[in-house]
Amino acid sequence: MSSLEDLYREIILDHYRNPRNRGELETPPAHRTEGFNPLCGDEIVLFLQLDGETVADVKIGGQGCSISQSSASMMSAAVKGKSIEEVKGLVTQFKSMMSIHETEIGGDGSETEEGLSGQDGSSATAELPLGDLEALRGVVKFPVRIKCATLGWNTLTQAIDEMAESA
Amino acid sequence: MTNSLDVAAIKKDFRVLDQVQNGRRLVFLDSAASSQRPVQVIDAMSDFYNSTYANVHRGVYRLAEESTNRYEHARRNVARFIGASNHNEIVFTKNATEAINLVAHSWGRTNLTAGDVVVVSMLDHHANIVPWQMLAAERAVEIRWIPVTDDGQLDLSDVDRLLDGAKVLAVTAMSNVTGAITQMDSLIASAKAAGAITVLDACQYVPHLPIDVDALGADFVAFSGHKMLGPSGIGVLWGRMELLESMPPFLGGGGMILNVTVDGFTPDAPPARFEAGTPPITEAVGLSAAIDYLDELGMEAVRAHEVSLTAYAMRKLTSELGDSLRILGPSEPAQRGGVLSIELEGVHAHDVSQVLDEHAVCIRPGHHCAKPLMRHFGVAATARASFYVYNDESDADALAEALVAARDFFAL
Ligand SMILES: Cc1ncc(COP(=O)(O)O)c(C=O)c1O
Repeated sequence: MSSLEDLYREIILDHYRNPRNRGELETPPAHRTEGFNPLCGDEIVLFLQLDGETVADVKIGGQGCSISQSSASMMSAAVKGKSIEEVKGLVTQFKSMMSIHETEIGGDGSETEEGLSGQDGSSATAELPLGDLEALRGVVKFPVRIKCATLGWNTLTQAIDEMAESA
Repeated sequence: MTNSLDVAAIKKDFRVLDQVQNGRRLVFLDSAASSQRPVQVIDAMSDFYNSTYANVHRGVYRLAEESTNRYEHARRNVARFIGASNHNEIVFTKNATEAINLVAHSWGRTNLTAGDVVVVSMLDHHANIVPWQMLAAERAVEIRWIPVTDDGQLDLSDVDRLLDGAKVLAVTAMSNVTGAITQMDSLIASAKAAGAITVLDACQYVPHLPIDVDALGADFVAFSGHKMLGPSGIGVLWGRMELLESMPPFLGGGGMILNVTVDGFTPDAPPARFEAGTPPITEAVGLSAAIDYLDELGMEAVRAHEVSLTAYAMRKLTSELGDSLRILGPSEPAQRGGVLSIELEGVHAHDVSQVLDEHAVCIRPGHHCAKPLMRHFGVAATARASFYVYNDESDADALAEALVAARDFFAL
């Protein structure tokens, strides 16, 4: 049986109560993207600012549950200063921790959720440490909450795609 | 029947409730989304499948005739239950959503053109908003919104101005978020005076309060079987016969025509005109059994039970949780149904529901398909507990206890 403590690790609650990188950035130069979880109404507003191929800054707004908010908060801390390639790798790693395996690279969220194994697929690219994000590993035991954990990440992917398109 | 429900006896009819989760009795508080159904309904459906089932309105063999009789009996039973003197004013649909779409499509596309006005409300479910928005997008129809008061009721202070020149008033009879019950008599009278038809979303009303559609004065009333102890897959549209007769079919196919030639078709009369294809036959039998069950309890008694249980729950939750709790909607139980949309300070509805699940208490987090309303209240989601005939004070106590646990779990 899964207990609440598996889901709500201390670090998650800390990010929920004290979200990092909360706020807005000026657009332009930043790019603004909204993400919705149509099931529960959670909304995320993500501001992404690039410096060439590097994430110069990221800010998060919106409202949601502890899982979606803490995941977005940890994500914002993890991607700042990283290259787009590294960020894409992190997204894949995080989703694979959530048991989601992309069926196409750069697809628009077309993905499969495979069982509850939670093990990482072998990846050719060098993996960055997930750090605090590891705390979200317990979410896979609560399948309905996976969508909460990935809301920020899907919004980030959407932002990167939109910026690439308009570039 | 006396004016109170024997909930202990009722609970026994709902076998799904007789289960243990995490060592606790299951407490089901999500009937506003979909109710459970008693063994009488389940038996009626399985007996029908085992003894009688055949497609309706077609065969001449005995089973087909009996099946048709049962289906048509269900129609009469629904008509009687909601006070419709003409059972041919009852159209079976898939659910309330389809019923409202039928009206927006068939009546709406026949009668509305650019510049016409449809009045909807901030209190409504998306099911009574989006079909009108679709029409508006297609026809340049203007949508006007009835606002809500701080306690989650329709704000009718300016409604005559909103209705001025309107052709449709599409409004809920009871909110699935705040529980507020619409003061229908005066509102429908205002719509009539303005020359607008009234389309009532009675999804949350028909399962919980007595209704008399003939007396009410509305033009269309929609509701779903699965929220009133019946099966999913069946809904009801009641409409005034003059209107139904004036409307073209919604879906085309078998069962809705008088004649088809290579040149075209002649639609049948209502209700057949609006029941294209094989209808939800066994579901109609199940809905009829659900109505018999509710009749046995008595809708006055159902309503009285829910008012007193809601009053008890509101007192209990307030005394246990004090200022950390906010319940959306009217504070007066007599003005509302048994729907409690809860905001627990500092704890998101999703997280509340997760802790409640640990306590085997089933409630619903989310926007409840009422995003305009949620935005008005400045919340993304609430945790909604809702009561029905099988709930009692022990369920409200379990809710309070689990909410205290949720608050404490997330306390700083
Ligand atoms: C007020 C209200 N209207 C409409 C609906 C839609 O009902 P259904 O999904 O059965 O069509 C619901 C239920 O979710 C509701 O609560």
